[in-house]
Amino acid sequence: MLGLNKKDTNLLIIVAIMTMLAPFLLNPFPEGSALAQFNAGYPDLMQRFVIFGIFAMGFNLLFGLTGYLSFGHAAFLGVGSYAAIWMMKLLTMNVIPAIIMSIVIAGLFAVVVGFISLRRSGIYFSILTLAFAQMSYALAYSVLTPITGGETGLQPKPNDPRLLDPALADGVTPRAGLFGLEMSSSTELSIGGWVFTFNAGYYVAAVVMLIAFYLSIRIFRSPFGMMLRAIKSNQQRVNYTGLNSKPYTLAVFVISGMYAGLAGGLLVAMDTQVGPERMFWTASGEVVIMTILGGAGTLIGPVLGAGLLKYMENILSKINKGVIEGWFAWAPDGLDSVLIYTVNMFVGKQWHITTGVIFMLVIIFLPGGLVELGKRGARVFRRRDRKGLGLEPDAAKQRNAAE
Amino acid sequence: MTKLNLTRRGLIKTGAVAGAGLAAPQLLLADGHAGFTNAPTGSTVTLGFNVPQTGPYADEGADELRAYELAVEHLNGGGDGGMMNTFSSKALQGNGILGKKVEYVTGDTQTKSDAARASARSMIEKDGAVMITGGSSSGVAVAVQALCQEAGVIFMAGLTHSNDTTGKDKKANGFRHFFNSYMSGAALAPILAANYGTDRKAYHLTADYNWGYTTEEAVRTSTEAMGWETVAAVKTPLTQTDFSSYIAPVLQSGADTLVLNHYGGNMVNSLTSAVQFGLRDKQVNGKDFQIIVPLYSRLMAKGAGANVKGIFGSTNWHWSLQDEGSKAFVKSFGTKYGFPPSQAAHTCYVQALLYADAVERAGSFNPCAVGAALEGFEFDGMGNGPTLYRAEDHQCFKDVLVVKGKENPESEFDLLEIVEVTPAAQVTYDPAIFGGDLGTCNPGA
Repeated sequence: MLGLNKKDTNLLIIVAIMTMLAPFLLNPFPEGSALAQFNAGYPDLMQRFVIFGIFAMGFNLLFGLTGYLSFGHAAFLGVGSYAAIWMMKLLTMNVIPAIIMSIVIAGLFAVVVGFISLRRSGIYFSILTLAFAQMSYALAYSVLTPITGGETGLQPKPNDPRLLDPALADGVTPRAGLFGLEMSSSTELSIGGWVFTFNAGYYVAAVVMLIAFYLSIRIFRSPFGMMLRAIKSNQQRVNYTGLNSKPYTLAVFVISGMYAGLAGGLLVAMDTQVGPERMFWTASGEVVIMTILGGAGTLIGPVLGAGLLKYMENILSKINKGVIEGWFAWAPDGLDSVLIYTVNMFVGKQWHITTGVIFMLVIIFLPGGLVELGKRGARVFRRRDRKGLGLEPDAAKQRNAAE
Repeated sequence: MTKLNLTRRGLIKTGAVAGAGLAAPQLLLADGHAGFTNAPTGSTVTLGFNVPQTGPYADEGADELRAYELAVEHLNGGGDGGMMNTFSSKALQGNGILGKKVEYVTGDTQTKSDAARASARSMIEKDGAVMITGGSSSGVAVAVQALCQEAGVIFMAGLTHSNDTTGKDKKANGFRHFFNSYMSGAALAPILAANYGTDRKAYHLTADYNWGYTTEEAVRTSTEAMGWETVAAVKTPLTQTDFSSYIAPVLQSGADTLVLNHYGGNMVNSLTSAVQFGLRDKQVNGKDFQIIVPLYSRLMAKGAGANVKGIFGSTNWHWSLQDEGSKAFVKSFGTKYGFPPSQAAHTCYVQALLYADAVERAGSFNPCAVGAALEGFEFDGMGNGPTLYRAEDHQCFKDVLVVKGKENPESEFDLLEIVEVTPAAQVTYDPAIFGGDLGTCNPGA
């Protein structure tokens, strides 16, 4: 279907179903129960899952396929965001021009950065991209304050020109929308104790994510993608065979930058505000962690990694001491304070520790990321191997070795 | 490529799924229409405390959170009641807010507007918070304030000193108790004139971001008005830790006063550097060289240690104030945590109480009703003397403290001494000077 083989089609369909049913899947605990703390099915986080999924997917096209580790990808995210917010201030609150412009501007910026940075490879490339990103951050933070709003960032204001939109009624704040459908509008469905929220913005972002995912599959399976893998395995050899590898690396760098720009534009479309921290080096580091956590070079890995990291950032960081005390109210004196102390070390403001520990465990035991975990799990439960008699275990062993 | 194989069973299955999909929207129930976002329905009401728990202002954030926990305790009738006993409005009964027990959720702003907005959105969308408060940076305050305006909840700003928060970026749903750069300038100028004369040459070092700009402008305008001359104003990067290359040119410029428009770690480093260079022992133009820090906090004074001795600055509140409200707050905070509160803790505690009181007086959690109750509200007994929540820009007008580093501190908290309490009238300004548009209140849903 759509030029994909059966396996990829299935993957795309599964991802599509999961994203469409996310409001249900992410809200497994009934409202008001103690575990409701762990629900992630609210619009903001769902939007972040898919948007950072796109960001990581784009990063993975560059890092996973060519092995070029960019440490400055957040710059494209930020540039895309600024482009989008300016479209909203000058043209219209409709998200389509904002998103298109964010991709275009981020792409152009990526051409410039890529042209210079790709003259080097390995660590030198990483440092060059990092330098560009920090430069962009510093510019946005202070020097370019008239364009970027400096520390306070930019937001659409009621008195912006907005050439295509009719004038706002008095006292109405501008809201991002898609031909009248407001991104922030939600419908709630309550069944029993459960409340599921369906947010317009989330579904717009999810559809864009599916398109981006489809494109990413096509790039992975194309001759172009094969060329990129060749560059990853041995760029020198590619050069010696007479192929000029530079256009390929630049092309994928720009595509990757456009993915980041798209993510930046979507962030603005969902939440109409942008600040310079979006370009800070920690944001660039975050996307590296997401990709490696999920599985670099795999199709679905980066999306899973992005989801896991954003989940921890938003859910774990909100568990404060009062909440933990509630959990261990049953424990006898003495034991409860020990439990509270131990758990408190890993949640709330210390959520970075948990992230770090998980990241280390993944790197040490699952170099292929969460995707490898899934594969190993599937291998254990694969029916044909378990039920196999006589010849089959041997055959399975050979096949697993080959895979 | 796959071939489309149409079977009877497949067709029925597809039809059933499609039918269910089409029918689903009919089941969707609209939000419970109480007229505003997150109207509390049960016996509790949830407030969102959004403070920096990691990053450069984590110390301030931790103190803010302590103050909020204390405020919740007092609102629910626990503890000794703190400022509720001295507050001029007696609407609060110690039985929660409108009889509903106060519960709270916390979040980490990381002093980044993106993280702060994500955290605030999760409080509003997931936890049903009806008010968001806190923060320790103007960038964050402006970002979260705009979010609350869109979402239809009240925002009670925490520590934010830039003019923009209630100036060009003001919003109808946002309220600020803390003072601003303009007030710092206006309060400091007369004290500086009295102590250092009216013919000084000032050299500004300014942190290169919005708050730095507004502070520099405020101090420049008010000192130039009384006869000072500004020799130069140099911007320093926010991430700068070594200021020696910025301090060295100060003496060559012929300036006899250095103004450090820096906050937090920046100020600690630049002041230490300036003192180590021996600036304060120098004589320029026949006058002793002086250093000024427009915005002081106890946490900063602690960081800079002995270097702050004798240096003038302004602050919103200080625990050594002797009015009834301040004494009550310092007592209950000290009993609970064992040390005196910072100005960040004070402003956050007061904001929480002011919100609760406004809800009681309005008789509703509706942001528009609460906003109307806060607008033009005059109160006393909260540590700053008689205070007005101005209706035009949602900024509090109250006395401003001019302080200086204490020469002989008695404890690690006793670092600043109050030089003068500048009356509110002297720091009041026309709300139109900063531009911006309040808009109308948004109750959301």
